[in-house]
Amino acid sequence: MVYIVGLLAVVFLVLTIVVLSRIATLAKGVDGNKRDNENPYEKRAAGTSNRINAVLMLAFPILGTIAAVWSFMESRPKFLPEAASEHGILTDNMFWISMAVITIAFVVTNALLFYFAYRYRYKPGRNAVFYPVNHKLEIIWTVIPAVVMAVLVFTGWRVWRDITAQAPDNSYVIEVVGKQFNWVTRYAGADDSKLGNYNFKLIDETNELGIDYADQAAFDDFTSNQLHIPKGVPVLLKIRAKDVLHSVFIPHLRVKMDAVPGMPTKFWFVATKTTEEMRNETGNPDFNYQLNCTEVCGQGHFSMKMPIVIEEEEEYKAWVASQKPFLTSNPTYLSRVPENLKARAMKYIESAASDSTSVATGGATATGTSLK
Amino acid sequence: MATAELTHEVQVHEEHEHEHHELGFIRKYVFSEDHKTIAKQYLISGILWAFIGGLLSMLFRLQLGFPNMKLEWLRPLLGGWIEEGGKLDPQFYLALVTMHGTIMVFFVLTAGLSGTFSNFLIPLQVGARDMASGFLNMLSYWFFFVSSVIMFGSLFVETGPAGGGWVVYPPLSALPQAADGSKLGLTLWLVSMALFIVSQLLGGINYVTTIINLRTRGMSFTKLPLTIWAFMFTAILGILSFPVLFSAVLLLFFDRTFGTSFYLSEIYVNGEALPNVGGSAILYQHLFWFLGHPEVYIVLLPALGITSEVIATNARKPIFGYRAMIGSLMGITLLAFIVWAHHMFVTGMNPFLGSVFMFLTLIIAVPSAVKAFNYITTLWRGNIVFTPAMLFSIGLVSFFISGGLTGIILGNSALDIQLHDTYFVVAHFHLVMGSASFFGLMAGVYHWFPKMFGRMMDEKLGYVHFWITFVGIYLIFFPMHYIGIAGFPRRYYSFTAYDATNSFGDMNMFISVAAMITFGAQILFAWNFFYSMFRGRKAPQNPWHSNTLEWTAPIHPEHGNWPGEIPPAYRWPYDYSKPGAKEDFIPQNVPYSATPESNLPHENEQIAMEKEIEGMIDSQNETYKH
Ligand code: HEM
Ligand SMILES: [Cu+2]
Ligand SMILES: [Cu+2]
Repeated sequence: MVYIVGLLAVVFLVLTIVVLSRIATLAKGVDGNKRDNENPYEKRAAGTSNRINAVLMLAFPILGTIAAVWSFMESRPKFLPEAASEHGILTDNMFWISMAVITIAFVVTNALLFYFAYRYRYKPGRNAVFYPVNHKLEIIWTVIPAVVMAVLVFTGWRVWRDITAQAPDNSYVIEVVGKQFNWVTRYAGADDSKLGNYNFKLIDETNELGIDYADQAAFDDFTSNQLHIPKGVPVLLKIRAKDVLHSVFIPHLRVKMDAVPGMPTKFWFVATKTTEEMRNETGNPDFNYQLNCTEVCGQGHFSMKMPIVIEEEEEYKAWVASQKPFLTSNPTYLSRVPENLKARAMKYIESAASDSTSVATGGATATGTSLK
Repeated sequence: MATAELTHEVQVHEEHEHEHHELGFIRKYVFSEDHKTIAKQYLISGILWAFIGGLLSMLFRLQLGFPNMKLEWLRPLLGGWIEEGGKLDPQFYLALVTMHGTIMVFFVLTAGLSGTFSNFLIPLQVGARDMASGFLNMLSYWFFFVSSVIMFGSLFVETGPAGGGWVVYPPLSALPQAADGSKLGLTLWLVSMALFIVSQLLGGINYVTTIINLRTRGMSFTKLPLTIWAFMFTAILGILSFPVLFSAVLLLFFDRTFGTSFYLSEIYVNGEALPNVGGSAILYQHLFWFLGHPEVYIVLLPALGITSEVIATNARKPIFGYRAMIGSLMGITLLAFIVWAHHMFVTGMNPFLGSVFMFLTLIIAVPSAVKAFNYITTLWRGNIVFTPAMLFSIGLVSFFISGGLTGIILGNSALDIQLHDTYFVVAHFHLVMGSASFFGLMAGVYHWFPKMFGRMMDEKLGYVHFWITFVGIYLIFFPMHYIGIAGFPRRYYSFTAYDATNSFGDMNMFISVAAMITFGAQILFAWNFFYSMFRGRKAPQNPWHSNTLEWTAPIHPEHGNWPGEIPPAYRWPYDYSKPGAKEDFIPQNVPYSATPESNLPHENEQIAMEKEIEGMIDSQNETYKH
């Protein structure tokens, strides 16, 4: 890299000298007020500058190709490793196939463009060919891109259709919520594997997600600032935002979906490699999956990430079982539970037997101290 | 039949014209109704804006390329935006990218490009004395001017200018409490854009009307230069899509000011739940991109038109496939209206809609490809003169191809999942829109400078300017694709949270250095431009031996453009290197009857039409009687 910068500097220096000398001649105003007639179009065209430009037109694509190939080889190891999700493997394949197609088109068209520019540079006495139209050619090069596009669209559409299809019924459902400037996840809990309702009006400092305790499915829900994902089974992310737009981006899983206030979105996928496997594969013992935000959401946008753990289904289940429901950690919310469900909710209040009455009655006052 | 002469001989004598009614300085240079003056006003405003927009990008490139650099030395310029530790304020970083985008897309490449060349070339190339309404045209510039002043002013407000990206998506942009960039700066942004839209509509209506109504005798649609076709489609795109942006902006203004809920629903911000329900943040995106996508073609089409003209002239060949070029312009214009949602594949929009928009988007690649092929074939077996304008045009074709091709990847919704809002998109549109259109602007300036100012720009400086800029732009944007493939999100102040190992640190530094050199090279252009305006070599009548009508007007055309009769148009503008002809170009106002040696068989039949064309002169003169 240092060499390139150096090389650039040299080139730049030479150009500076050329320019300065040019400006000096101009500033003398030697040819200032003459009409251009003594240097007409053809004469100028036949001059040295035209030849230099023509040669540069040839040099540019050659040097450019070398630079492009070299820089690609150089960057390749820094690209993301192979996708760690089922659909990601498909889209990666399609990406590189499309890339090959457009690279061919890129090389052929640019090569012709620059070669023709060089080859047909002005020569005194030669006449350009009066060649205004050729319908056959035009039809050919309308049809060829059309066919290529049709193939690309069709394959692309099939993959898109599968990715965006309904999530399978046996999917693990995890809620991901974006807010300025972090992510919070909510899991259905070990008991009913169903996420409870939420309502943005119920949000407060502690209940960041507005979990609605009028819904008994919410009792065992727990929140986290990590995203745990079981490997090899479909996982459905239910995505929403609390304040402004955010976007869930999990680069290694090739997952991206906006988080929109007032409009829940979703994305489902099947992860194929655990964090552990990825650490082995990349040879980086510190490797961690992560989730980043890709929709500007304000000043902290760039730092809005969340660590992800991908693990075997058994490990995932064990982790879920080890988590405390939100209600357990924040028993004051028991006061939000309707009377007829109170008994059921009590199950999630620790040492329920002794404290339950005091919590149930003195709920609101305890809010401030119950943050654990 | 004096007009049958090759006018570039005749009119050199007519330089000192009868100055009918001498206008005061103000009416002549400030509140001018002369399309040529208005064009120059747009051009100079555009150049100033380009330097401002470029400077902003230098600031954020410093941050991206040299994240650890101490920036205290910028404090005289940026004041409090440099934090205690000598770092750029992250909120200001967002303001920089937002303003850079807004300025470049709207103020430079829309106003600066269409405003300059539609204004300058439409009357001169269709053979009209001025725009259909000089007054509306003047208003158009001054609305733009006021809009510019407001946008510029917003750079200096205490909470900073708008900071939500050039697309200013709500709810962020609707909630002043959510970010500093959504406070006063954003209000000014909205007001400025509203005025800008008014300016564009006044301009656009004028362009279309002039092209339809004020063509000189004989200038049928199939004889129009491709520049004019491009300007017409550009204006149509603008007229139909800018009003939609206007409503988007207006509703956003309502949400911010009057507590309406067009875009807002179920929001909890700053410790309180807002009362707004029922709005849709996605609605804004639909409205915005309904303009936003046509907008990218509003920016590109004029550049393509200019390129067609410059390439044909300097390859000394007719443009290949004139009708196909018009057809593809038309196809692009139509399709441009029905692909907008490809910017929204991962917003949660119904996936079926995504499929439809993927399909439509990839169709638009076909007319684009046709254009590229036609440019290349125009060079084939030409006799190419590398004027600076020609170099920039060839550069444009290269950028158009390189950037357009990555569009094919992004248009594939399945692939866009990963690439959306990464540097891959940034690389795509900077090549295909930013750089290609910028090169169109440059080609236009170098090519028509003699007509605008009666003097020539220095060519050698032009060459150096071209080569540094051309190589520089590839050095900046080619590597950006790699960063995008590695997943780096755009609009990130720093990449520490995305990639702790800073694996593309070197590359980002390289890009920043290339950007600075490229920006520096633009100073050459500015110098060349302003110096040549006053002290350049004086231009000959037709410096590029070109066929279009503007070169038959006097070197310094007065208001009204032609001192005598407006020249008629007898032939298409691309009779370059016609077999049998005396010279390698035959201007549009030369009748077939004067060139029996080079006429094609069907053109001999046209000779009969010439009487008829001449007969239209009275009715044409009638148009201009006040
Ligand atoms: C071959 C034809 C093209 C196709 C298929 C195409 C496709 C796309 C797609 C799908 C996107 C959205 C990417 C994303 O945000 O994830 C995009 C972005 C963009 N394209 Fe193109 N494009 C094409 C040509 C052009 C042209 C000719 C221009 C301009 C003259 C252009 C300007 C832009 C701009 C400005 C954006 C980004 C806007 C933003 O997010 O800030 N594209 N293009
Ligand atoms: Cu964000
Ligand atoms: Cu678009």
